[in-house]
Amino acid sequence: MDFVNMTVERSKVQLTKTDFESDQMVKWCPGCGAHAILAAVERVFPKIGYRKENFCIVSGIGCSSRFPYYVNTYGIHGIHGRAAAISTGVKIANPRLSVWMATGDGDSLAIGGNHFIHIIRRNVDINILLFNNQIYGLTKGQYSPTTPMGKVTKTSPQGTIEHPFTVGELVMGAQGTFFARVPDNNINMMTEAMFEAAKHDGTSIVEIMQNCIIFADKAHNEVTGKEVKDDTMLVVKNGEPMVFGKNHEKGLVLRDTRLEVVEIGQNGITIDDILVHDQYSQDPGIHLMLAKIAPPNYPMVFGVIRSAMFPTYDDMVEEQIKYAKETSKIRNVDDLLNSGDTWEI
Amino acid sequence: MTKKKRPVIEREEVVVKFVGDSGDGMQLSGTMFSDVAALVGNDLATFPDFPAEIRAPQNTIAGVSGFQVHMGSSKIFTTGDMVDVLVAMNPASLRANLKWAKKGATILTDTDAFEEKAIEKAGYKKDPLKDGSLESYNVIKAPITTLTKESLKDLNIDNKTAERSKNMFALGILYYIFNRDLKPSFHYFEQKFKKKPELIQINKVVLQSGYNYAETIEALESVLQVGPAKMEKGRYRNITGNTGTAWGLLAASEKSGRPLFLGSYPITPATEILMELAKHKSLGAKVFQAEDEIAGICSAIGASYAGSLACTTTSGPGLSLKSEAIGLAVMTELPLVIVDVQRGGPSTGLPTKSEQSDLYQALFGRNGECPVIVVAASTSENCFYYAYMAAKLAMEHMTPCILLTDGYLGFGSTLFRIPKMADMPPINPPMAQANDPEYKPYKRNPENLARQWAIPGTEGLRHRIGGLEKENIMGTVSTDPMNHQIMTDLRAGKVEKVAEYIPEQEIDGDPTGDLLVVSWGGTYGAVHSAVEQMHKEGKRVSHAHFHYIMPLPKNTGDILKGFKKIVVCELNSGQFVNYLRMKFPMPNITQFNKVQGLPFMINELTNKFNQLLEEK
Repeated sequence: MDFVNMTVERSKVQLTKTDFESDQMVKWCPGCGAHAILAAVERVFPKIGYRKENFCIVSGIGCSSRFPYYVNTYGIHGIHGRAAAISTGVKIANPRLSVWMATGDGDSLAIGGNHFIHIIRRNVDINILLFNNQIYGLTKGQYSPTTPMGKVTKTSPQGTIEHPFTVGELVMGAQGTFFARVPDNNINMMTEAMFEAAKHDGTSIVEIMQNCIIFADKAHNEVTGKEVKDDTMLVVKNGEPMVFGKNHEKGLVLRDTRLEVVEIGQNGITIDDILVHDQYSQDPGIHLMLAKIAPPNYPMVFGVIRSAMFPTYDDMVEEQIKYAKETSKIRNVDDLLNSGDTWEI
Repeated sequence: MTKKKRPVIEREEVVVKFVGDSGDGMQLSGTMFSDVAALVGNDLATFPDFPAEIRAPQNTIAGVSGFQVHMGSSKIFTTGDMVDVLVAMNPASLRANLKWAKKGATILTDTDAFEEKAIEKAGYKKDPLKDGSLESYNVIKAPITTLTKESLKDLNIDNKTAERSKNMFALGILYYIFNRDLKPSFHYFEQKFKKKPELIQINKVVLQSGYNYAETIEALESVLQVGPAKMEKGRYRNITGNTGTAWGLLAASEKSGRPLFLGSYPITPATEILMELAKHKSLGAKVFQAEDEIAGICSAIGASYAGSLACTTTSGPGLSLKSEAIGLAVMTELPLVIVDVQRGGPSTGLPTKSEQSDLYQALFGRNGECPVIVVAASTSENCFYYAYMAAKLAMEHMTPCILLTDGYLGFGSTLFRIPKMADMPPINPPMAQANDPEYKPYKRNPENLARQWAIPGTEGLRHRIGGLEKENIMGTVSTDPMNHQIMTDLRAGKVEKVAEYIPEQEIDGDPTGDLLVVSWGGTYGAVHSAVEQMHKEGKRVSHAHFHYIMPLPKNTGDILKGFKKIVVCELNSGQFVNYLRMKFPMPNITQFNKVQGLPFMINELTNKFNQLLEEK
């Protein structure tokens, strides 16, 4: 199953990590989760198998957005919040590029919120790596749209009084076709989700629960920490029952209209009662529930939650142009200038 | 049709204005009238004048919509100051437009619309058709609505449809006055209403009935005749400025071989460019209607990086929103065409009115030292050429270029001599070649300081660019103080060098003299006509009209030095004049400004020029 988009030209030789390593010094803080994300990208790009010149990385502003400088591909480091708009332009202009966008919770959910929902609504074939560290790092520690309510930061000395966004909920609300959530401490899971994102035709959001070691250290630890993760993380796999717990003894069932955590072997529950994950379902109902649930009452769901097939914006642009070229009488600008009412003097 | 011989009054030029309620179909009447004028060889300029609201309350002044046609047997430069023939379909439109009618003008009114309520709504105390206030005009009082319904009674048409075609009755009357042939309009109906054949007949019948009615009542004793204009031989069409701009961009795309990308957001008065380009997918145009102005320009920057001729179109408020992104295009040194169809500002201002008040914004409205090329079109017709040139300069010099037009040029139309693509100047963007071992992202052509355009997908040219300051030549991120100085100077130098590639400034009149009139952009028609008027009166006045603003043509300083007095005329509080003063600090530069959302009137300009000539 390593088939990826056929419109992007494949590399004739097997590429490796070194093909994508840049000569620039990586200036993230030591211990920052972004280093692991970079490692995952360098690992997944050769695996995807496109020509190295066909990758293009676009970013906005923030710690995450230095990303293009650190990968040896074509790349453009944009302005705050606008990476989604810039990527859209790149992809429409040349649909034969594999366009990746590196962004953060401030970049895409605050200043760039408008572009974020619209790129998703249009389903432009872009892979978005959303570094969610729940804080503004580059400006040194102000709360972001994903900072948990009540959290003390430099701009909320008494705790924030804002309801945070759940990224997946926003994605589904904008009619997203692909959503995955991964922790920055599991490179295999990150690589796998990125590969799935590349395979998906349409806007793919990979939310990476990233640690900011300086301003929001261990923000995700209550979920992704080694000591707790067995009971707090549910990793979904397509076609498999949604189980978690140290011995896979817990699972999710749908009761009435809500998800419920059950223990297998208790109250007559068997593995057959557990919900089976269908990432390809077009109906986002269950996907939305999976994206929303979180401790303490539920586990948080990781892996590819949604990957539904819908036409992409860039494909439809090409189709309309093809149709117009086949049917229009106007084939060049001379035709256009002389079309309609004209007369000789 | 039997025609009575009428005496003919030859007129060099005539201004006709159709006014009525926003739903009265005045835009269509005006367009059809001007198309017929074009067919008989008149030169012409038109301008639609409509309210910002789609359908303001009926019979109010706010709801008046108009269309002005200026046609002539000599070259027409403006849409006309004062009106010879006014078609006023209701009291409000008469009240709002009477001030534009020349004394003795012919006024055609629909008496059916002059009911008590409508008269009152328009703000009249008495019926203006009866109180003698129009005595100095030649008023044709016709019960147009009644007659329209009457003419359709055999066709079994509902009242509403019948009433809606009254504009064609009025148009029929005008065709009689100007002795126009009805056939081209019949043909037009057949094309326009192909899918609704019943409308073809309705419109034909009503137009013909209007004509016949005028003949019966002998609406005007003589025919107003405007002969064909002497124009350069060639193939012609009518074109609005906004269509011209759209087509100019398409032409530049074809010539350069770079596919066209437009990222834009609807805004009056620029939206027509977006709509026009959306029609031309057969030419490969990719048109992206973005979620906002910022996404419009940012998508264009992405497309430019990917190798397209990338454009964004907007008006003043949108240009404000795009400022930061223009800076990104300056820093990344990517070609980008930004079209600003100026309107009255600040803020939302006067969306449907025209002004030249975005010049400062175009020149200076960004953070940092952020120079871009600024070009301005001056007629609806040459929007095509300057859009083409804006794209050529942006691509060949690898920099954003702002093209300034305005609502008057954008909505207005003039005759356009159709060029051949083979005659358009070549466009050669500096494309980087695959696997060029010498390629560096910020290595420049020493002649014009442009860097190369290396397109994603090309083998051996992978590189990163962005908004952080770049190291000279290498293009990596740099915070080195001296490098920042070098790069700042290079970006400025690159734009200054464009002066070597644009034509020298032309001057209309003697190269030295008492008074030089300076103007730029959309005021060309009025200022040119005013200067021509002065020449007719034997006055020594010269005129320099600027299209290239940043950089200025290199002979600009020399031109200014040749005159005792200089007056810069613009529809703002003095932006170009201050820019000139900044570049050429001379005490004799004066200014003439107007900020009313209206164009210059020729006589207000000549009055000013005469006053300056008289002052010692």
